[in-house]
Amino acid sequence: MDTGFIIEKFILVAVIFGISLVIAMYSTYAERKVAAFLQDRLGPDRAGPFGILQPLADGVKMFMKEEIIPTTSNRWLFIVGPGLALLCACIGTAVIPWGNPIEIGGKTIPLQVTDINVGVLYIFGVVSLGVYGVMIGGWASNNKYSLLSAIRAASQNISYEIAMGLSIIALLLVTNSLSLKEIVSKQHGFWENGWFTWYFFKQPLGFIIFMVCSFAETNRAPFDLPECETELIGGYHTEYSSMKLGFYLFAEYINMFVSSAVMATLYFGGFNYPFMDLAATHWGQNWASIIGVIIFFGKICGFIFFFMWVRWTIPRFRYDQLMNLGWKGLIPLAIANIIITGVVIAIIEKF
Amino acid sequence: MESLSNKKKVLEQKPLSFMERMYLPAIAKGMGITISHLFKKEATVRYPEVEREFSTNFRGMHSLKRDENGRERCTACGLCALSCPAEAITMIAAERKPEEKHLYREEKYAATYEINMLRCIFCGLCEEACPKEAIYLDGPIVPADYLRKDFIYGKDKLVEAPLEMKK
Repeated sequence: MDTGFIIEKFILVAVIFGISLVIAMYSTYAERKVAAFLQDRLGPDRAGPFGILQPLADGVKMFMKEEIIPTTSNRWLFIVGPGLALLCACIGTAVIPWGNPIEIGGKTIPLQVTDINVGVLYIFGVVSLGVYGVMIGGWASNNKYSLLSAIRAASQNISYEIAMGLSIIALLLVTNSLSLKEIVSKQHGFWENGWFTWYFFKQPLGFIIFMVCSFAETNRAPFDLPECETELIGGYHTEYSSMKLGFYLFAEYINMFVSSAVMATLYFGGFNYPFMDLAATHWGQNWASIIGVIIFFGKICGFIFFFMWVRWTIPRFRYDQLMNLGWKGLIPLAIANIIITGVVIAIIEKF
Repeated sequence: MESLSNKKKVLEQKPLSFMERMYLPAIAKGMGITISHLFKKEATVRYPEVEREFSTNFRGMHSLKRDENGRERCTACGLCALSCPAEAITMIAAERKPEEKHLYREEKYAATYEINMLRCIFCGLCEEACPKEAIYLDGPIVPADYLRKDFIYGKDKLVEAPLEMKK
C-alpha cells in the first residue's frame, strides 16, 4: 500500500462525500421547487437568482437555532441518533461505481472507492442500519409520539427489507455476482444480442418491487408514516431542534440520493449509455468515462425527481394498508418473480 | 323513509377490484395529472414587485378630498361620525378666518379629524353620509404598525395632497 493509493482514495472519498452532501442540500431546494411547480406555485425564489441560495440560508438558520435537549431524554443517545442516521446514509456511497476508470498520467484510477465482492449486501446492511438512527433518536427523546414513530419506522423497514432482498435475489440470478462493479459492467452499452442490456428490461417486476421498497426504506411518501404529522406531530424528530433536526432531514435526502444511485446502478445500467464504445473510440476512454459519470448523475437526478413527483402525488398509506402491501402484496410477488426468473433462465440455458 | 327529492343516493362499498388493488394504474393516472401541472402557468403574484389590481368597489384607506381649487371640502358637519357604526371617526370643528379662504371651502372646517383604523370596518357608510363629497375610501390597504396609537390617523395622513395649481 503506497502513499499514492491513499491520497487517491482520500481525494475520491472527499469528492464523493462533497457531491453527496451538495446533492442532498440541493434536493431540499429541488423538493420545494418541484412541489411548487406541481401545485402551480413558484417555490423559493428570494435568496439569490431563482432562490438558488435557499439551501445555504436554510443551513445558516439551522445552525443558528437554539439547541434544546429535553431534560428527561437520554442525553447520550439523543445526540448519537442524528449522527448515526447521517453516518449510515453517507457510507452507502462507498461501493457505488461512479464511472469507468480514468487514466491520468499513465495511472488508472477507478471511480469507485472500493469494489468489495459483496457490494449489494453492504448496501443492504448500511441501509438497514440507517433505521437505528431513527429508532435511537425516537426512543431517547422520551416522548410517546417519537417512540411510536420510531417503532413504526423499525417495523416498516423490517417488513420492506424482506421484499427488497427477495427482489434482489431474482436480479442476482441474472447477474451471478454481488459486486456492483461487475453488475454494472454486465450492462455494458444498451443493446446486445437482440435485447436491452440494462437489467430493468430483464427484471421489470423486480425493479418495481425494489423501487417501492426503497421508497419505504427511505421513509419517503407514500410510506412516510414515521413522520406523519397528523398522528405523530413531528414523528421521531419531534423533540429535535437546530442542526440535530437538520441532520435527520439531511439524512433523508442523502438516503434518497443513495437509493437513487443504487436503483440506477442495479437496474438502469449505472454509468453505461448507448453508443459508449463509439464515444470511447472517437474521443478516448477518459472522455467516454466522464460522459458516463455525467449520465449516471443524470439518471440519479431523474430518480430523485421521481421520488419527489411521487411524494407530491400520492397520499400516505394507512398503517394496515402499509403492512398489507408489504407482507401480502410485495413478498409473494417477489417470490413469484424469483421462480419465474429461475425457470426462464433454466429454459434459456438448457434448451 | 321515502326520499321526497329522489336525489338521495346510497353508496355501496364494493371490495376493490384487482386493478384497483394493484394501485399502479391509479398511481400512474395521478402522476399524469400532477405532471401536467408542471407545465401550467403559476397562480402566484410576486407581491412586492407585482401588485394585484383591486376590484372597482374595493374600499381601502380613507382620504379627505379637496375641491378643484385645492380647498378642503370637509365642513365638519359630523354626519360621517354619526353614521359610523364602529364609532371610529371624531373631529373638532373650527370657524374659517377670512384669510384662510383659500384653504377651506366652507365657513366651518375640521380643525382635527381622526379615524381610528383599528375600529373602522371599512363599510363605506361615511362615504355615503357625506353631503360635501369630502370623504372617500379609495386608498390602499391600511399598513400594519406596532402601536395602537399609531393607528389613529389624523389629517396629516388623511387629507389629499394639495393639487398642482394650473396656471
